[in-house]
Amino acid sequence: MSDKKKNWPLWEVFVRSKNGLEHRHFGSLHAADEEMALENARDVYTRRSEGVSIWVVESKHIKASNPDENGEMFEPAADKVYRHPTFYDLPDEVKHM
Amino acid sequence: MSEQEVKNLEEIFEAKIARDEKIEPKDWMPEKYRKTHIRQISQHAHSEIVGMLPEGNWITRAPSLRRKVALLAKVQDEAGHGLYLYSACETLGISREELYEQLHSGKAKYSSIFNYPTVTWADMGAIGWLVDGAAIINQVPLCNTSFGPYARAMVRVCKEESFHQRQGYEIMLTLCRGTEEQKQMAQDALNRWWWPSLMMFGPTDAESTHTEQSMKWKLKRKTNDELRQQFIDQTVPQAEILGLTIPDEDLKWNEETGQYDFGKINWNEFWQVVKGHGPCNKERLQTRVDAWENGEWVRDAAMAYSEKQTAKKVQKAS
Repeated sequence: MSDKKKNWPLWEVFVRSKNGLEHRHFGSLHAADEEMALENARDVYTRRSEGVSIWVVESKHIKASNPDENGEMFEPAADKVYRHPTFYDLPDEVKHM
Repeated sequence: MSEQEVKNLEEIFEAKIARDEKIEPKDWMPEKYRKTHIRQISQHAHSEIVGMLPEGNWITRAPSLRRKVALLAKVQDEAGHGLYLYSACETLGISREELYEQLHSGKAKYSSIFNYPTVTWADMGAIGWLVDGAAIINQVPLCNTSFGPYARAMVRVCKEESFHQRQGYEIMLTLCRGTEEQKQMAQDALNRWWWPSLMMFGPTDAESTHTEQSMKWKLKRKTNDELRQQFIDQTVPQAEILGLTIPDEDLKWNEETGQYDFGKINWNEFWQVVKGHGPCNKERLQTRVDAWENGEWVRDAAMAYSEKQTAKKVQKAS
């Protein structure tokens, strides 16, 4: 066993500001466990009634894409103009489309 | 929970809906609200998935690369929309496996329109123009429905679908400006898809068993008949631009109401198709079940690979 003291892990905090809206990433914090993370998130991020629901997830569980690989990740969508409505030629008199 | 407690919760719930507040998955909701939403959202998801099949029929035979990539993109969107909807449905506490089982066993329904065959290329035009046109009219009010995950999924779906109808109409327009034979093909597709498209809005308000409750919960914001009328009023002028004739002798502009009067819908046909006796019911379901079963080894292989990788990591760490 190592003598090194264990540090509190990092948690990402997501808050729903009102029903109907999605949870949005608000920031992060350190906490010993999920209960503490939730309570700390409430104390840090919703002191002025910013939310009606909080999600916390330990940061290490988030798999993030690598910005260095943005080319192969996102560029393939760039030349697919036919996925957009403006690609299709319709006369101006056609309404409701 | 005592009866009184449930009643109190129901009152709070109804008041929330009345104030146009959204319901989120962890909020208390009446069991019937949950069940009705599972039924409607899953039917909607199944329709996206089965809806890929009639169009899939034409991907390899599209008349040009331009048409092919557009059709491919549309079918791809439908797979994605099925996924958004299944995920929204799962927030209500039903698993993906159960949802698939309901579809594959024939217990769950999907939109009856997909039980009609796609016999010519013009059908790709007619489906985009009419079937997606009707779907959009059905879906736009759902962006504002009371259940949060469903409403948010519909916002994304509606945004992405805006090209579907235009690509269909463009196909129709090209055919109608082509040879006499091509125009005839477009007319034939309109003749076959018109009435089933009108049936997509469901039974008349007088016959609809779910409308009243669904309106109260703001699961539905407009009735079947209102939506159907809106579709007809929007679509007739579009047919005129194409130079095509809507196959309804009773279709007539009504000066007084400011809407089109239209002929009688063959509800007997509608119920026959709903009950499984449409031209392609068996074929569609079988194709779907086959796709699921034939894909099993791929799902298993991915899982086996993942387990192997995890085991390797554990071994390295120890």
